Amino acid sequence: MIARGSWKWVALAAIGLAVVLALPRAGVPPFYVSLLTQTWIYAMVAMSLDLLVGFTGLVSFAQAAFFGAGAYAVAIAATRYAHADFATGIVIGLVAGAFIAAIFGLVALRAEGVGFIIITIALNQIMWGLAYQWVSMSGGDNGITGFVRPKVGPFDVSGNSGFYYLCVAFLILMLVLLVAITRSPFGLVLRGVRETPRRMRALGYNVWLYRYLALLIAGALAGVAGVLFAWYNQFVGPGDLDLSLSTQLLIIVILGGIGSLYGQILGAGIVVFLSNGLSALTQRWELILGAIYFVIVMYAPDGLVGLGHRIVRRIRGKRAAAPRIESQLLGVTGEES
Amino acid sequence: MGAAFYLQNLLGGLAYGSLLFLIASGFTLIFGLMRIINLAQTAFYLIGAYVGLTLLTHHFNFWLSGLAGGVTTALLGFALYSLFLHRYHADHLTSLLLTLGFTLMIDDSVLAIWGGDPHSISPPSALSASLQFGRLVFPSYWLALIFVSLGIAALLFVFMQRTKLGMIIRAAVDDEEMTRGLGVDVNRSFYLVFTAGALLAGLGGLLGGPITAAYPGLDGELTPLAFAVVIVGGMGSLSGALAGSMLIGLVNAFGKALFPEFSYFTIFVPVALIMALRPQGLFGRAQ
Repeated sequence: MIARGSWKWVALAAIGLAVVLALPRAGVPPFYVSLLTQTWIYAMVAMSLDLLVGFTGLVSFAQAAFFGAGAYAVAIAATRYAHADFATGIVIGLVAGAFIAAIFGLVALRAEGVGFIIITIALNQIMWGLAYQWVSMSGGDNGITGFVRPKVGPFDVSGNSGFYYLCVAFLILMLVLLVAITRSPFGLVLRGVRETPRRMRALGYNVWLYRYLALLIAGALAGVAGVLFAWYNQFVGPGDLDLSLSTQLLIIVILGGIGSLYGQILGAGIVVFLSNGLSALTQRWELILGAIYFVIVMYAPDGLVGLGHRIVRRIRGKRAAAPRIESQLLGVTGEES
Repeated sequence: MGAAFYLQNLLGGLAYGSLLFLIASGFTLIFGLMRIINLAQTAFYLIGAYVGLTLLTHHFNFWLSGLAGGVTTALLGFALYSLFLHRYHADHLTSLLLTLGFTLMIDDSVLAIWGGDPHSISPPSALSASLQFGRLVFPSYWLALIFVSLGIAALLFVFMQRTKLGMIIRAAVDDEEMTRGLGVDVNRSFYLVFTAGALLAGLGGLLGGPITAAYPGLDGELTPLAFAVVIVGGMGSLSGALAGSMLIGLVNAFGKALFPEFSYFTIFVPVALIMALRPQGLFGRAQ
């Protein structure tokens, strides 16, 4: 696994980590520390989504539903049942995310490719409807407040910078876990399922089961990120699981580079800072954000890294057209069933 | 809960299904022909409702205002397709994300132009009365909407089955390459279907307005219903869209009446059942 030149990456990662850890102590204003914390959380969900999009060939618009399930579950457990400690919260998030994924998977995995996309959109909106309408449980549009960030063992993470470090720790944990999963034999089978489901089936692999397991893992991890997001805002509302969040997550994955995992950190940073920056500048930020989606999808479907490569080639005088998103998602169109 | 309760929700469900059909018929044909998931169909509905509403406040005729809303969205749809989407046939994710970005822009523009307050839309004065049969009371507009929508459905079926262009569209849905190979110009039908789909959704905006009202976010609420329609009916099938619309309309009406806190969730039941028993949808063909 240690290839030539990989020490460069190790050094780069170490420097990056040192900068990330030093930021809250180096006089960065609390507002930016808070935005960075949100970036780490979004990066976690986006990475969990990348496991599906980039490694399994499942384009899911339901990732926000798993994320929101974790957020709502921990908020409800804390406010109604007084289960507010840290470990319980994380476990609740894991279980809630995996549970919703288990139900969605039974329905959505009956279809493939474009059918899967459409069904996940419908399922995500149904979860949103549940959060919006089941007022006696979810608080409806007002959401749920009245819970606080719990102590992590002896550490107090109620402050801005304490919670920042907690999220950095979870981000690293999830990144390591996902890299390990995607490089394991299980991960290799997932890639096989992405590229040629028919051949994998002929080789005796249960394609459905592998997709289902990937969905469960992605759901559980998104649920944990949702718990952190609930603690981060100390509020949950229907906006935590709506379709526009699911779309934002997919845009992050595309920006970061489909199948790159760590690229999602960059993608999340751009989306979080862009949407917050725009909303501070103008009331019409959603209009601009929609236009930016257009530009990203049409001109940078292979992410920022691909865009950078093409700009360099253009400067050197070679024409290079943007590829299609689908060309990076063989599982969707490459070979049916 | 006597017979009146069931009859009233039956009629309400069919009326709601009628407005869903106006959105879903375009959605299913656009998908069937071009393999484009046009998420903006419900945003077109919303624009149609607002444009129609604005004309209504200037005392224009109800049906003409609805038509004007439809023409507005037809132009928008034509522009969206010819400027961007025509390059992304069968590229599901790109076309979907483009229409999503477009929907986001429409939502925000609607909010900027018409504000965030919900607007109720009253039916034309001739149809504003309620009808009463014994204990059954319902707005007469419901019946009008059902008839108009069924009329449009009948026109669409005749067009698809009896005209040459309809024949070309059906052939291209089945096998685009083969149709091209026979020397047929398929491109014209792409523009026609996309524009007509946008027109129907925009028309639906004001026609469905007395039932749904108009407010920002309405499009996001209608999207899963429209998707449920095509999942249940089968993607690309017009008769599937009609049957699916009525079924989802009924489930929605009875869901709202029987389980008010879970009305949205009840949509899940037909979707899950169809996926379990017949994944290609009621009228869909196995791929």
